[in-house]
Amino acid sequence: MSIAVRGVSKTFGTFRALDDVSLDVRTGELVALLGPSGSGKTTLLRIIAGLETPDRGTIHFHGEDATALRVQDRRVGFVFQHYALFRHMTVFENVAFGLRVRPRRVRPDRREIRRRVQRLLELVQLEWLADRYPAQLSGGQRQRVALARALAVEPKVLLLDEPFGALDAQVRAELRRWLRRLHNEIHVTGVLVTHDQEEALEVADRVVVMNQGRIEQVGTPEEVFHHPATEFVMHFLGHVNVFRGRFVGQKAVFGGIELDVPDAPETGSLEARGFVRPHDLDLGVTSGPDTLLEGTVMRVNAAGPQVKVELRSDAGEVIHVELSQERYRVLGLTAGMRAYVRPRDIKLFPSSPRPVNTEAAPVG
Amino acid sequence: MTTAPLTVAARPSRATAEPWPVRALLLGVTGAFLGLFLVLPLAAVFAQALENGVGAYWAALVDPDARSAIGLTMLTAAIVLPLNVVFGVAAAWAIAKFEFRGKSLLLTLIDLPFAVSPVISGLIYVLVFGAQGWLGPYLAAHGIKVIFAVPGIVLATLFVTCPLVARELIPLMQSQGTEEEEAALVLGARGGQMFRRVTLPNIKWGLLYGAVLCNARAMGEFGAVSVVSGHIRGLTNTLTLHVEILYNEYSFAGAFAVASLLTLLALVTLGAKQLVEWRTRRAGCAADTGPGASPEGAA
Repeated sequence: MSIAVRGVSKTFGTFRALDDVSLDVRTGELVALLGPSGSGKTTLLRIIAGLETPDRGTIHFHGEDATALRVQDRRVGFVFQHYALFRHMTVFENVAFGLRVRPRRVRPDRREIRRRVQRLLELVQLEWLADRYPAQLSGGQRQRVALARALAVEPKVLLLDEPFGALDAQVRAELRRWLRRLHNEIHVTGVLVTHDQEEALEVADRVVVMNQGRIEQVGTPEEVFHHPATEFVMHFLGHVNVFRGRFVGQKAVFGGIELDVPDAPETGSLEARGFVRPHDLDLGVTSGPDTLLEGTVMRVNAAGPQVKVELRSDAGEVIHVELSQERYRVLGLTAGMRAYVRPRDIKLFPSSPRPVNTEAAPVG
Repeated sequence: MTTAPLTVAARPSRATAEPWPVRALLLGVTGAFLGLFLVLPLAAVFAQALENGVGAYWAALVDPDARSAIGLTMLTAAIVLPLNVVFGVAAAWAIAKFEFRGKSLLLTLIDLPFAVSPVISGLIYVLVFGAQGWLGPYLAAHGIKVIFAVPGIVLATLFVTCPLVARELIPLMQSQGTEEEEAALVLGARGGQMFRRVTLPNIKWGLLYGAVLCNARAMGEFGAVSVVSGHIRGLTNTLTLHVEILYNEYSFAGAFAVASLLTLLALVTLGAKQLVEWRTRRAGCAADTGPGASPEGAA
C-alpha cells in the first residue's frame, strides 16, 4: 500500500517540528527517514501512524485520505524505539495481543491465533522464547518480538521508530541485515526512522534526508551519498572536508585548481566553499599543478580497510584523508612528513538553490 | 505525611558497617524506643480491653451502639474506597499521561488534604452544608441533611483520604510512560481494552497499596468526622467516635474493646501492605529471575 504525505505541518508549542512536508512512499518499498534529532522524522512517522494529528496537511493510504482515521483503524504496524512490549505478558501473549483485541466477529479462534503467533515467532527466530517475559530477553530479542507483534495484525504499512537505536553496534548490524532480508520476504510498505546514516544507506530502497522540519533530499542511497543536493546532506552523510576558494568570473578557484561553474553567482559573496569527502582526496609527496594545498601529516591510523590520515594545513585547518592500504604503502607516510593534497571530486553548493556538481581534474 | 513505602535497602557495604558495640547501641535505642512508644501501648489496648474478661469484651462489641458504629464505619469505607480508586486512577492518568495547563496546580490541590488539619476539613463542610452555611437554607428547604448525618461523614472522610490512591499511582504511571498504551492502540485496542489489558495490570499493585492505605485512613479518621458527625449514638457515631464517647464515660473496658477492633484493623493493614510490597518486589524480580529464566522453564 502506498503512502502519500501532503503539505503536513506540526508545531509543539513554539517548536516547529514539521514545516510543509510532502512525501510519497511507493507500495512495497522501504524508505528511511534520516536526520539529526529534532529534524521532525519521528513526528512525521507518528503522524503517518495516527499517533499525532497534523496541524495542516493530509495523509493518504493507497490514494484514500486517512487523515481523520483513528490510529486503531489505520492498520499500521509500529515498532517503538524502546520496544514498548507489554511487560506483564509473555512473548506469546505480546504477539497475540493485536489478534485478541479484535471484535469477536473478525477475531480468529484460539487455534488460529496460536498457529499465527507460532508462525511469526518462527519468522523472527524466537519460537523457543514464547513463554518468557520481556524483561528476560536481550535487547535484540525484544526488538524482534516487537516486530513480530507489529506484524501479527497483518499491517499494510510497517513503521519503525529508530528500531535499532538502543542496541550495541554488532547486534545492530546483524538486525539491520536481517530486517532487509525480512522485508524482501514479506514485502510490506515500510518507513524507518533513523539518525544513523550507515543504517539508512544499507537498509532502505530510498532515503529521505530531513533537517529542521523540512525534507532536504529524497533519493536512492547512491543518489544521496554521491550526489547530495545540499550542504546539509553532504555533511550529514559522512565526513567531509570544506575548502575555501574564490569565484573568478565563471570559475571557482581553489589553490591551483580551477573549476568551471556555469551559474556562478554574479553578485554577492565571492567566496566559494568546496566539499570533498576524505576518500575523494589523494595525497602526494611532491607538489603538482593539481595540488589544492599542502600540510603536515599529524596522525596516521592504518587499522581498518582504509588508512585514515589527519593533515594540518599551514593555515591551521585540519584535513581528513582516506587512502587505500596500497596507496599508503607506496607513499610511505609517517607523522611529521609534508604532503600535498589533491582532490578527485570537489562539490560546490552555491548560495543559489540549484546545486552544481563539478568534477575536478582526475589525478595521476 | 508521606506515603512512600519504607523498604529494607540493599545489604550495606563492609566499609560503612559499624563495629559491634555501636551497632548494638543503635539497635538497642531503636528497639527500646519502638517498644516503649509503639508495642507497649498496643499491648495495653488489648490488656485493658480484656481486663474484665472475655465476656465483658464481647458484650462491649455486640452492644447495639457499638454495632451501629461498626456498621457506619464500614459503610463509610465502602463508599469512600471505590470513589477514591476511581478518582485516584483518573487523576494519576491525567497527570502522568497528558500535558495540560494547570497540571502543577492540580498536583498541589491533590496534596491539600495532607496540608490541612482534619478538623479544618470538617469545618469546611459545616461552613458549606451546615444550617448557617452557604447551601444550608437550600438543603433545609429540600429536606436534605448533610451535616450531623451520614452524607457529611462520607464527605469529610472523602476529603481526608482523597490524595492516598492518586499519590501512590502518579510516580508509578509517570515512570511507566505512555509507550505501552500507544502500542496497544496501534495494535487496534479500543480505549477500554487498552486500560483493562495494559494499564491496569501495570498499576495493580500500586493501586492495591493505595487502596489499603486509603481504607485504613477512612476507618480510622477522627478529627474531620468528629466535627461533622454530631455524635448521635446509633446514628452518626463511627468507631473512633464511639471509642471517645465510651472513654469519656469512664467505660474503659468498653472503650478499649472497641479500640482493639481498630488496632486489629491496623495490624491487618500492615500485613496487607507487607504482602503487597512483597508481591511488587517479586513482580520486579520476575524481570531477571522469574520462573521462565531457568532452563526447565524454557523447555
